[in-house]
Amino acid sequence: MKKSKSTALRFSKEKMVPWLFLLPSLILVSIFVLIPFVDVVRRSFFSSMSGQFVGLKNYVAVLQNEAFKLAAKNTVRFTLVCIPLLLILSLILALLIDAIKEQKGILKTSFLIPMSIPVASVVLLWKVFFHENGLLNRILAGIGAEKIDWLNSEWAFVVLIFTYIWKNVGYDMVLWLSGITSISPVLYESASLDGANSWQRFLKITLPNLIPTLFTVTVLSLLNSFKVFREAYLIAGSYPHESIYLLQHLFNNWFTKLDVDKMCAGAVLMAITVVSVIGILQWMWGRGEES
Amino acid sequence: MRKWLIAILLCVLALLVWIPLWMIISASFMGSEEMTQNLAPVLSDKTGYALWPLLPQYPTLHSYVELLLDSPEFFTMFWNSCGQVFPVVIGQILVGAPAAWAFARYDFWGKKFLYAIYIVLMLLPFQVTMVSSYFVLDRLGLMNTVWAIILPGAVSTFPVFLMIRFFAAIPTALTEAAALDGAGPWQIFWYIGLPLGAPGILSAVVLGFLEYWNMLEQPMTFLKDKTLWPLSLYLPAVTSENAGASLAASVIMLLPALLIFLFGQRYLEAGISASGLKD
Repeated sequence: MKKSKSTALRFSKEKMVPWLFLLPSLILVSIFVLIPFVDVVRRSFFSSMSGQFVGLKNYVAVLQNEAFKLAAKNTVRFTLVCIPLLLILSLILALLIDAIKEQKGILKTSFLIPMSIPVASVVLLWKVFFHENGLLNRILAGIGAEKIDWLNSEWAFVVLIFTYIWKNVGYDMVLWLSGITSISPVLYESASLDGANSWQRFLKITLPNLIPTLFTVTVLSLLNSFKVFREAYLIAGSYPHESIYLLQHLFNNWFTKLDVDKMCAGAVLMAITVVSVIGILQWMWGRGEES
Repeated sequence: MRKWLIAILLCVLALLVWIPLWMIISASFMGSEEMTQNLAPVLSDKTGYALWPLLPQYPTLHSYVELLLDSPEFFTMFWNSCGQVFPVVIGQILVGAPAAWAFARYDFWGKKFLYAIYIVLMLLPFQVTMVSSYFVLDRLGLMNTVWAIILPGAVSTFPVFLMIRFFAAIPTALTEAAALDGAGPWQIFWYIGLPLGAPGILSAVVLGFLEYWNMLEQPMTFLKDKTLWPLSLYLPAVTSENAGASLAASVIMLLPALLIFLFGQRYLEAGISASGLKD
């Protein structure tokens, strides 16, 4: 009798152990993120001025807002252009780095450096480079091209894409490289014995085996793409050229005006979008794995 | 032969990184007159094109002297950065490592659900949690204090996610043997988990430092008082007034990040790879 009681006690004590490790994090995450976010979801259905329940009115206000339409369109456009581009360029880079089997890794280091360079440190150079009277136009004038005001025209979008890729190509390259090195060399050896050339080996072995990597590289690139706001804001301010006015700018400007209703509904909409995009990617990836 | 061609191509591409880096560093040794003259077409309304020579004509430490001796606000901002970034990173480890240990080594009720929540939180951009963070910080009276940066940063779930990967890789045989020898859960975590999971902790430190040294959204939103601003936010604001000092400041800001990057590159790469491993 006594013995069974002590094992029961030990059993429940053992059950407690993971919770004790988890508790500090769980409590803080709940206080600072989870509970406030649930509160934001609740607030998104109320008017912050009168405190009355307004149903979907805040959501309608957000979706009909002209600035929101522009920012959402730009953000989607930016994501759809920059992520495929980044994925392909970083994959090519990883394959090239892998092909030369570089020993000291100086080239790999080179491509990773931009992720450590603070945006604030390159802002001045970027401004001088892309200004109407800047270095890029100087070079272009050398070959007789017209002056372009890079940051105050449609080109600002291209500048932002370039900046995003410059900064993130190293991170994605490392992700691809770890995917490439985890492919068993036996696969390549047997393919070579069967007479497959390097192009066939790439198509039949490397690419299919990189599908699991593709999912995570895409998700992490998406995550990092939101941080391009730093470059956009520091180079062009709160109200940049309308081609690079992103949701991040809009949220920031709503915050400055303390437009609580729109911010709450907007945050919920954005959360739903991000989670469903990742859900869809995961679903597509799961199907790709099966086939 | 083919290898050489690829190597040359990669070297040319690497110049896209090295040239800007070199330009920032070399220009910080440019005299202020030379700088003003070169950049006048951009910074003031002079016509013509800006010039950014790869080597300054008369190298001088003037910008550094001016910055370090005559701009007390630079020191304030530098220490603001340190005083916000280090507590965030330390907090992430103190709170995150035990949580990662629980996720990696134990089975408990609701684990899958909590893990999913942690992943979702890690993937949400700052703009989504900005409003909710504002409400809670305001309620706790922490707006416009350094805690508004430190506390939400320290509870970030990305480092937890990263460390789980490394803790999970520790062989079970080791922890089981220690348990047989009478070690308690805490001792196992302390004497086996932490030392063997150190690469994971270091990669979380390196990635966390680079991320928060570069933060912009958080101080911009939660710190109204400019004397609390970190360098990452303050620096761009002075750019056009004094290009020389601001370039010297850029280099000083760049150095800690570059040093941590170079010494921690192994852990940085391990951390990036771990963030990409599938479940």
